[in-house]
Amino acid sequence: MKTEALITMVAAQGIVIIMALYFFYKVLTIKPKEEPDSYRENDDETDRQES
Amino acid sequence: MSGKAESWGSRVGLILAMAGNAVGLGNFLRFPVQAVQNGGGAFIIPYLVCFVVMGIPLLFIEWSTGRYGGRYGNHSTPYILDTMAKGRIWKYIGVFGIFTNIAVASYYCYIESWTMSYVYHSIIGTFSDMNQSQIAGFFNDYTTIGKSTTGIPFEAIIFYVLCLLLNTYILSKGLKGIEKVAKIGMPLLILFGVILAVRGLTLGTDGASDMFPDANAWDGLNFLWTPQYDSLANPKVWLAAAGQIFFTLSVGMGTVHCYAAYIRSKDDIALNAVSAGFMNEFVEVVLGSLIVIPIAAGYLGLDWVLQNAGFGMAFQTMPYLFQQWGEVLAVCAGVFWFGLLFFAGITSSLAMGTPWMGFMRDEFNWSGNKGAWSFGLLALIMGLPTVFFFQEGVFDEYDYWAGTVSLVVFAFLETILFSWIFGINKGWAEINMGADIKVPIVFKYIILIVTPLLLGWVLVASLPDMADKIANKDTNNREWFADAYYAENFDSEGIKTGVVDSVATDFIKMAYQNEKQVYNKQLDKLETQVFTDYKTYGFKKGQNPIVAVGQTIKPNDKIAEGKFTNHVFYKTIGRLLLVALFLFISLMVYKAFIKRRKEGRVHS
Repeated sequence: MKTEALITMVAAQGIVIIMALYFFYKVLTIKPKEEPDSYRENDDETDRQES
Repeated sequence: MSGKAESWGSRVGLILAMAGNAVGLGNFLRFPVQAVQNGGGAFIIPYLVCFVVMGIPLLFIEWSTGRYGGRYGNHSTPYILDTMAKGRIWKYIGVFGIFTNIAVASYYCYIESWTMSYVYHSIIGTFSDMNQSQIAGFFNDYTTIGKSTTGIPFEAIIFYVLCLLLNTYILSKGLKGIEKVAKIGMPLLILFGVILAVRGLTLGTDGASDMFPDANAWDGLNFLWTPQYDSLANPKVWLAAAGQIFFTLSVGMGTVHCYAAYIRSKDDIALNAVSAGFMNEFVEVVLGSLIVIPIAAGYLGLDWVLQNAGFGMAFQTMPYLFQQWGEVLAVCAGVFWFGLLFFAGITSSLAMGTPWMGFMRDEFNWSGNKGAWSFGLLALIMGLPTVFFFQEGVFDEYDYWAGTVSLVVFAFLETILFSWIFGINKGWAEINMGADIKVPIVFKYIILIVTPLLLGWVLVASLPDMADKIANKDTNNREWFADAYYAENFDSEGIKTGVVDSVATDFIKMAYQNEKQVYNKQLDKLETQVFTDYKTYGFKKGQNPIVAVGQTIKPNDKIAEGKFTNHVFYKTIGRLLLVALFLFISLMVYKAFIKRRKEGRVHS
C-alpha cells in the first residue's frame, strides 16, 4: 500500500477503534447507580408534564 | 394506559441492541461505495466531521427525547413529541416515527430474506459451478417472481414470509427477545466481519487471474484511502458524507426514541449513545472498508470496482469471488458473509417493529403478542408489492420515500423541536441527567445551531431530486398504460443518442458511447475512457419493436408499439400505499387522542 493511503487508513481506523473501545470499556466498568437514583417506579407514571 | 412498562435486562444488552439497530447492510455496502465515489481517503474527513456535528448530536437528541417520553409512559414518537411541546401538530409529526419503520421493515425484510436464502444456497453449493455472469443472473432470476432457483415455487416469497415470521416471533417475546438476538447477533457479526476483513487486508495479488492479471486488493485499499484533498472543497462530497452519517446511525426513524423510552429515568444516556454510535462506526469504517472493495479489487481489478461499485455487489459478485477460495472455504465465506448481512439486517428490522408495538400498548392496551403479529401483518401487506413488483421499481420507490426522504424530514423537525421549542436549556439538562460522562459544552451550541443548519441543508439540497421523482422525470414512459414505448435516456442529461445494434420480436439492443473511469497505475490517477455500451429492452407478446438495425435513436423516440403497462403505474401504487399507511397511522393517533381526551389525559 502507498504510505499516504496507509497513514490515512491507520489514522481513521485507529481513532474509531480507540474511541469505540474506550467508551465500551467505560460502559463495562462504571458501576450502576444505586436506587433511589434510578426511578423504576416512574415507568408507570401516568401524569403528563405541566404545559 | 399501559401496565408496567418493560425495561432492558442489562446495559450491555441495550447498547448492543442500539448498535444492532444502527448497523445494517449499508455499513458494508453503502459506505465503501460512497467513499469510492467521493474522493477516496478524503471522504473520511467530512464523514468524521459530520459524525461529530450531526451524528452524535442527533443520537443525544433521540436518546434523551426517548427517555423523556418514557418517563411519561410514552414509547413511540407521536406522544413522545406531544409531551415535549404544546400544539396538536407534534403528535402527527411523530407519525413519521411509526410510518417509516413499518414501510422500511416491509422491504428491508425482503433484503434480509435474500441473505437467509443465500446462506442456504452457499451451504448446498448452488454457486459452486457458476461463473460470474451466471451468479449475477441467479440474483435476477431469484427476484423475478415465477422463476425458481431451487425448484421451490415462489421461492422469494416463501423466504420473505419466513423472514417476516421470524422477526414477528422474536418481537412477540418483547425486549428480552430483541436483547437476546442482539447479544448473539452482534458478536457473531463482528467475528464474521473480522475474518473477512483479515482476508481483504491480506489478499494482495493472490487473486489475479488470466482474465484479470492486474487484480490487486491493495489497489482497492489505496484508492479507498488515498486522500484527494481537492474533493474537500466540493459541496457534493460533504452532502454525501452527511447523508451517509445520517443513514448509518438509523437516526430520524423513531427506533432510537423507542428503545430509549425503556431506559429508567435517571439512568445514563450520554455514554450509552456515544458507545453505541462508535460501535456502529467501528463496523462501518473498520470492517466495512476492508471487505467488499479490497476483495473485489483483488479478483476483478480496480477498474471493475470503479464501474460496478454498488449494492448489487453483495449478491451478484461476492458469491463468485468466494468460489475462488476453494470448495470448503467458499461455503464458509458464503455463510460468514451472508450470515453477517443477515445479523446486520435482523437487528435493524427488529427495532422497526417496536414503535408500533409501543404505541398500541400505550394507547390501546394491546399485548406484546398482539402488537407483534399486527406489525407482521402490516409489514406483509405493505411488503408484498415490493416482492411481486421488485423489477418494476416498487422496492426503490419505498426506499426513496420511506427510507430516505421521511428520515431527513423527521430528523430536521425533531431537531427544531428539541433545540428551539422544547428549548436547548431543558434539552441540555435532559442529556446530562444521570450522565456517566461529561458531555463537552460545545455540543450544546452544535445542537442549537450547526445540526439544524446541516439537516436543513441536506433537506433543501434533496428538494430538486424529490420534485423530479414526483414528476417521474427518471423515465420517458410516464403514462400508466400506453400504446407505444419510448426510448429512455442514454445518459443522465438525456443528450446522447444510440444506434440499434440488433432487433428481434422480443428485444431491442442499442449501442451508444458511454464513459467510464479507469485507474492509470503509472500516473496514479483516474482517467475517463469512452467505450461502446449497450442498452437492451425486452418485450412481451403483443408488443412489437418498430426500429431497424442501424437506425439512430434519440431519447423519447418511439421504439415499440402494442399494449404497455409502464413502471410508473406500479410506482404510483407504491406511493399510494405509503400515503395510505401514513394516513392510517395518523388516524390511529387521532383515535388515541380522542381516547385520551375522554380519559382526561390531554393537555392541549
